[in-house]
Amino acid sequence: MAEHRRSPDESTQQPAGERGLLGRRRVLGYVLAAPTLAVGVSWIAGSADPRPADAAVPSLPQPEEIFDLGDLQNLAAAPTSGLISVELKTDGTAYFAVPRAEVGQGMTTAIAMIVAEELDLPMDMVTIGLADARPELLMNQLTGGSNSMRSMYLPVRTAAAITRQRLVDTAAAHWGVSAGKLTTRGGVVSGPSGRTATYGSLTRAAASSRTIKVSAELKPQSEFRVLGRPHNRVDAHDIVTGRKQFGMDMEVPNAKPTMVARPPTINGTVKSVNNLAAIRAMPGITDVVPITHGVAIRGETFGQCIDAIQMVEATWGPGTVDGESDATVLAKLRAAQLPMAVPPLLSNTIDAEFVFAFASNSPLEPDCAIADVTPDRAEIWASLKVPIVAQEDIAKQLGLPIDAVKVHVIQGGGSFGRHLFHDVAAEAAEISQKMGKPVKLSWSRTDNFRQGRVHPMCTSRVRVNYLAGNVLSYEQRHTSVETDFGHGLGEMITAFAADLPVGGNLSFAETIFALSQSSPYNFGVTTQLLNEVPLKFNTGSMRNIYSPNVVCAEELVVDRLAAKFGQDPMRFRRNFLKDKRLLAVLNKAAEVGRWGKAMPKGTAQGVAVHAEYRGAVATLVEIDCRPETVNRPIRDGVSGPRVTKAVIVVDPGFCINPRGLEAQMIGGLQDAIALALTSSLHIKNGMPLEGSWDDYFYTRQWNTPQDVQVVIMPNTSDSPSGAGELAVAPAFAAVACAYARATGTMPTYFPINHGTLGFEPLPLEPSTPQSPTDGLDHTF
Amino acid sequence: MATHTFTLNGKQISVEAEGNVRLLWVLRDLLGVTGPKYGCALEVCRSCTSHINGKAFNPCSVQVKDIEPDDEITTIEGLPATVGKDLHPMQQAWLDNDVSQCGYCQPGQIMAAVAKVKQAHAEGHEITDADLDELRNICRCGTYSRIREAIKAGAQDM
Repeated sequence: MAEHRRSPDESTQQPAGERGLLGRRRVLGYVLAAPTLAVGVSWIAGSADPRPADAAVPSLPQPEEIFDLGDLQNLAAAPTSGLISVELKTDGTAYFAVPRAEVGQGMTTAIAMIVAEELDLPMDMVTIGLADARPELLMNQLTGGSNSMRSMYLPVRTAAAITRQRLVDTAAAHWGVSAGKLTTRGGVVSGPSGRTATYGSLTRAAASSRTIKVSAELKPQSEFRVLGRPHNRVDAHDIVTGRKQFGMDMEVPNAKPTMVARPPTINGTVKSVNNLAAIRAMPGITDVVPITHGVAIRGETFGQCIDAIQMVEATWGPGTVDGESDATVLAKLRAAQLPMAVPPLLSNTIDAEFVFAFASNSPLEPDCAIADVTPDRAEIWASLKVPIVAQEDIAKQLGLPIDAVKVHVIQGGGSFGRHLFHDVAAEAAEISQKMGKPVKLSWSRTDNFRQGRVHPMCTSRVRVNYLAGNVLSYEQRHTSVETDFGHGLGEMITAFAADLPVGGNLSFAETIFALSQSSPYNFGVTTQLLNEVPLKFNTGSMRNIYSPNVVCAEELVVDRLAAKFGQDPMRFRRNFLKDKRLLAVLNKAAEVGRWGKAMPKGTAQGVAVHAEYRGAVATLVEIDCRPETVNRPIRDGVSGPRVTKAVIVVDPGFCINPRGLEAQMIGGLQDAIALALTSSLHIKNGMPLEGSWDDYFYTRQWNTPQDVQVVIMPNTSDSPSGAGELAVAPAFAAVACAYARATGTMPTYFPINHGTLGFEPLPLEPSTPQSPTDGLDHTF
Repeated sequence: MATHTFTLNGKQISVEAEGNVRLLWVLRDLLGVTGPKYGCALEVCRSCTSHINGKAFNPCSVQVKDIEPDDEITTIEGLPATVGKDLHPMQQAWLDNDVSQCGYCQPGQIMAAVAKVKQAHAEGHEITDADLDELRNICRCGTYSRIREAIKAGAQDM
């Protein structure tokens, strides 16, 4: 998911809201009717994240500079945020069921820190759960657009602050003293003459038999003891001991392992199965039924399901893109490119086109879901970023009322955009309904690459006109295979379309593009436009939507412009950047990364900048493209150029957890290295050729830099920026720029190794290959 | 169906299974030992990495009939007991460096790291960057930098 690319200078902006004498901010909420203290919060639209319009700059503000996608999500969330609540248990612990998905991004840790801070409670007394699908929250239950911390930060602080205030007031009334004389620390209220009471001892008395409106003051930043300091993940111990439960680890009674034999083209169907009885008779197999996109097989072990897949003899129906291959898709994209508005200035024009191959957003945990469907109800367990839409769609598919379908959100082993879609949960429901039994469905690794979600192939054309040391115009025409936004953001857009500064007949994708893309440079007349080709691949976001590709293309052209102007890339960016925060991170990266140092031939530095989600990042990398590095022998893998060093400088607005932010920056870098150098899908006759991690070359240890430094700038705002996707675009661009400088050739097709197929493709049938048996020959 | 006997995390166990079922499914689906993760069942992603007689291997690619009664299988759940502590030094290093993100690959990463360090020590040298480059375990969250730091730190205490 993407968001705006501007980071307005917020250092002079104060958040909206009423302030008391000490600069404290007063907030409102509700003590809910409950036996122990429970606080719900209401929050006012927009105040969580104020956004000033830009001052006049040589380039006119593009739409996203005035109103960005995050603002849109905040606006849609505002009327319903009031329904989230913090509960204080009798053992003194606080519980908050966050209406978001945890897929590795560290959201639960950050939310626990926020609760601990405002409630003056130790971290180990805060429990964060993941809320089931809650239809009453409407679109305030979507994890995406790097928006979780931006939209949840103030509501969660508010609920925790009111909880604390209510406990203090209760103790004050009990002791007959003024609340102002009481203090809180470590889950204990302390009063005059040494009196103390634990939160747990106060929670029943603090509860209310009816819902009442109350207010409290937020802690000023100067008193923060938890927020802004490094904290390790709350689930780290469970992870390293193997206790953390993912979907595949859950025990639901009689939900037996289930897999699907699939057709040899994307979204293919089943015409007939010729040997159902034989498959049903195989060892360990309990059920076999044809479903929409394959033949579902349920058994005692996943291994026996894989055995059975080898035996399926079926006649398959066509898929949705059967005739398509890389070359046919590229031809369609080129035919759909929108024209440039400004004619070329002959010798003072740069025209460039960049092509980005299909890429897989598959996480490491294979797609999975548990479903238990009976004639009158259904229960689903899955990692879902938009559980409400899943609940609505699955209810419709099963022919059940929405309230008869319970959807539990469980911890996911990564997502990167995949879990915005509930197709796997819906397929589990279909299978469970048809078999009349609970199922634990897992897609195989090969299913994930071949039938899973892909980031669409796209082209980015750029034309720049320049004269006498100035850039007169910058035009970018991005053309992409259609991105599927069917996961429900559309409801927000529809609901709030009247309030949008962009209006009229723009399609949803064009709206997202316009809200998320803009150039950070003073390049005169600037236009960036999107067109889409409606091909029915299974597409989706992939740790952002457009920015990694758009920014990579733009920054490569910036380096070419710098060369035309006879300027070093660093100096050129300093001269043309219009964003102070970007300039600050750029300068820091140059200093820490020692820009311009002497480098051996065949190696080079590259630098790029990017602002989005109200954050700003500069990335400086060093790359080694010498033959001895490029041609390192790696068994069943690709070596190629190696990024040897990376410096990432990030301005996150307000940093909640430096440790978590640093982790997001490191992860984004590794994604970027893969996108620039090694990882892509090759489409041939309606199917990706890739089928395992030794085909789809995501970054491995032999590709990763040995020296990675993350620098977090001092806070420039009271509000956190988004972080989950922030690092990918500038790192992708920096690696591409470094490669161009090291080799003297500007790459135009990504990843750079796409033209060479570095593996022997697995067969298309059976759709899941048999597991090896020689594992004991490879011990170490 | 046959009965298969071996040592799992220090205990002698017996399990009924078809002989061709890969050990990963015997562990996960029949015995409920879920620390080793299913990531590919192709001996590629290495998220199921465990130890057989102290050496790293991938149970997704070994038939249960090939496990001998005197074989000792150790999964992440049994790793601390191999050093008689609540946490193996490598697990502690993982905590100290806050390596994990989603966590799915990390049990396999830790088991591979322990074996790699033992291999280096057996060859009479400390773990090197070249050794680390040989690790094939996928981390799709991209925690590689912290994995490298944690392995070097954990090796100091092994």
